[in-house]
Amino acid sequence: MAATVSPERDVVAPPIQRAFREGLYAGAIALGLFVLFIGLRTDQNISNELILVQRWLLLALVVIATAVGRFLYVGYAQPAMERAKAEKAKAPAVVAEPGFVRRNFNKIGIVVLLLYPIAMVLAFGFQGSLKWVDNFGIQILIYVMLAWGLNIVVGLAGLLDLGYVAFYAVGAYAYALLGTHFGLSFWILLPAAGCMAAFWGVMLGFPVLRLRGDYLAIVTLAFGEIIRLVIINWREVTNGSAGISGIPKVSFFGLMSFNVSDPNYIAKVLHIAQSGAYYKIFLYYLILALCFLTAFVTIRLRRLPVGRAWEALREDEIACRSLGINTTTTKLTAFATGAMFGGFAGSFFAARQGFVSPESFVFLESAIILAIVVLGGMGSLGGIAVAALVMIGGTEILRELGFLKVVFGPDFTPELYRMLLFGMAMVIVMLWKPRGFVGSREPTAFLKERRAVSGSFTKEGHG
Amino acid sequence: MNTTPSSSDFILQVEHLSMKFGGLVAIGDLSFQARRGEITALIGPNGAGKTTVFNCITGFYKPTEGMITLNKRDGSTYLLERLPNHEIPARANVARTFQNIRLFSGMTLLENLLVAQHNKLMKASGYTFLGLFGFPSYRQASAESIELARHWLEKADLVDRADDPAGDLPYGAQRRLEIARAMCTGPELLCLDEPAAGLNPRESAALNELLMDIKNSTSILLIEHDMSVVMQISDHVVVLEYGRKISDGSPQTVRTDPRVIAAYLGVDDEEVQEVLVEVGDEDVIEQLDTGPDSAHGPGNSASMMAGPVSDTFEHADEGERVTVSKGASKAAQVDARAASIARKPQPAAKPAAKSSTAKAAPKKPAAKETAAKPTAGKPGGRK
Ligand SMILES: Nc1ncnc2c1ncn2[C@@H]1O[C@H](COP(=O)(O)OP(=O)(O)OP(=O)(O)O)[C@@H](O)[C@H]1O
Ligand SMILES: [Mg+2]
Repeated sequence: MAATVSPERDVVAPPIQRAFREGLYAGAIALGLFVLFIGLRTDQNISNELILVQRWLLLALVVIATAVGRFLYVGYAQPAMERAKAEKAKAPAVVAEPGFVRRNFNKIGIVVLLLYPIAMVLAFGFQGSLKWVDNFGIQILIYVMLAWGLNIVVGLAGLLDLGYVAFYAVGAYAYALLGTHFGLSFWILLPAAGCMAAFWGVMLGFPVLRLRGDYLAIVTLAFGEIIRLVIINWREVTNGSAGISGIPKVSFFGLMSFNVSDPNYIAKVLHIAQSGAYYKIFLYYLILALCFLTAFVTIRLRRLPVGRAWEALREDEIACRSLGINTTTTKLTAFATGAMFGGFAGSFFAARQGFVSPESFVFLESAIILAIVVLGGMGSLGGIAVAALVMIGGTEILRELGFLKVVFGPDFTPELYRMLLFGMAMVIVMLWKPRGFVGSREPTAFLKERRAVSGSFTKEGHG
Repeated sequence: MNTTPSSSDFILQVEHLSMKFGGLVAIGDLSFQARRGEITALIGPNGAGKTTVFNCITGFYKPTEGMITLNKRDGSTYLLERLPNHEIPARANVARTFQNIRLFSGMTLLENLLVAQHNKLMKASGYTFLGLFGFPSYRQASAESIELARHWLEKADLVDRADDPAGDLPYGAQRRLEIARAMCTGPELLCLDEPAAGLNPRESAALNELLMDIKNSTSILLIEHDMSVVMQISDHVVVLEYGRKISDGSPQTVRTDPRVIAAYLGVDDEEVQEVLVEVGDEDVIEQLDTGPDSAHGPGNSASMMAGPVSDTFEHADEGERVTVSKGASKAAQVDARAASIARKPQPAAKPAAKSSTAKAAPKKPAAKETAAKPTAGKPGGRK
């Protein structure tokens, strides 16, 4: 709308007058757009007839909200922003020293993560903390781990993988099947599931080595679907879409168990009251440890030749070959390493849920994980963690927004708008920060001083 | 060939190399040698196939025919056309740069040079496993690799910018960085594809210095359009036109070869005339009066094959010439004309004598004048 107003008129008209005019325009356009969407609604009555429900009040509310919003934006927000920008431009000499929080972001993050369950227990009691530790803490950390794993493939090596959830599924089913049939412990099956997923990573890697860009994305997408379809249809082994239940819980290294019936149940060993929260808190720390492992390995690998080769591969594959780097094995190690962490996360997921089914491994999961990596800033662990917090935490928090029912009526379920909000958040972040929350790249070695490399120089990779 | 005593003097031997892209013959039966410790320049007009030769040597293309032998200092011999792409730098120690610079632009200069030491560091890190657990052997190798990188950054005069992203460098510095990166692989043969393209005279002089320094430890194969660079630093020049070698020798011999002058200038037909006028043969001018277009016709190639004449030239294999020329090869035109002239009873077959040995002293200055042209007057010759 602003674009239609010619600049000369912009200058002439005082801001409030212009804001008023633009508010009217916005209202008119909103009316035109929404009269059929919101004003009228088709519905069925009791005798299955199609009837037209008229919602003029709602329409009026939306139109007024749009008009007032535009008025406030043009009249007040825009001038304020311009003033702020001008002030900033006036005093360019002062380079903003990064604040305390920003400088110590990682340390603060780690401390907060470590203290989180304790804080929750103190705040809500054992029973009340369940939701916060499980639905928020564990759920988000699973996605953090998955996104960090995928980050190796997409962010570092620049190989667009749309089927990452396949490795998650392989890890989950590896634990579920081996755990239920052979009663093996989680601590044995965790590395086994990781290896299994890494093996499938290499299996996927081989055929797609020659593909790049869109073609690679499509084949990996297909791979994700193949794994899911195999799980659904190979009923004898995977029990099809009914899934596998009764997956054994994780024990505390075999010393303490979390099954109430076991003789070494934690409450009995430590002589404390029974509660389901112990297991959740234990799982929280377990996935946190797995996340730290992923981060540690990623940071270490980046400083090793293989990690540098991944990044070099993302920047220019031909130059890599001219320097004697075997691009085949380099790509395969990226696939395998990324898949391994997906497998770890998968086996953790199975242990946490106690139940796995193909429902959990649909393409949407791959898309969400990839979205987190892209939003966070490809290659940056901190940015990705924040993105996972925002996206997964944000959608989880929708369940908590019961008060919206008061506004929108009793049959309003905010969870249904999860994907809509997810998409909107993505669009906004991409407009505001096209390279994700953290667009710059931390160099892996330095001669004199470590300076972040601006995102405008790094490439996304095309293979 | 390998058994001859001289073969170890040559670091690189290219024999009967052909590269076809579908129907297009990018290189036709090319043979040349590069001596150890020398700078061998590969020159020729645009599209002559120089980059294709490099791509064959460094394994990016598999040649249709031919053999490329690399003799390392320690006596081992590699047939480059049989090695996989990435093993050519890794095992045969051949490094290269690219015509359109290929740096890891989002990585710092130092990182660029560390990536180049990948294979060495990979071994030192126990194929990642030792390095992951921070073994001291890897830490030492890592420190050494940084020292090597610093050494080459100093040589390339880039050490002040070591921690900047490579994409942030000015063009000339990017070229030097690419050379430094190639040198970090520890090559015995360095292949440079137009390193001076787009450099200003000062940068170009700095580059010459760098190359002369590298030459002490590493043999260089150089593609270059800038004749001043070629004439100043190269020890041996091979001239290509339409995928075929038209001249081979010291810079002095090559620059006075009329076929090179005609080809390398990428001259119009009138200019071919001009060259020949300068060479000073009235009969040629007489011939050319028939019109430039006839030179493109089949008649041209027919006269080219004129049997007895080929003895006059170094190239006795004229008949099986494989080119993409469509009759457009300037060198072939010069050949053809010289041939037809030679057939006539001439007091002295001047052009022929000149093209083979450049002994025709009085005509040298004229040829030189035109040879100097590409640097000044033919910017179109560069990319
Ligand atoms: N991959 C390819 N596929 C098809 N044709 C090719 C390919 N590479 C090169 N050619 C053709 O081979 C010929 C030689 O190209 P080349 O790039 O080797 O020339 P050049 O001597 O390096 O020229 P310049 O001085 O412009 O760099 C050209 O006609 C080119 O179009
Ligand atoms: Mg070229």
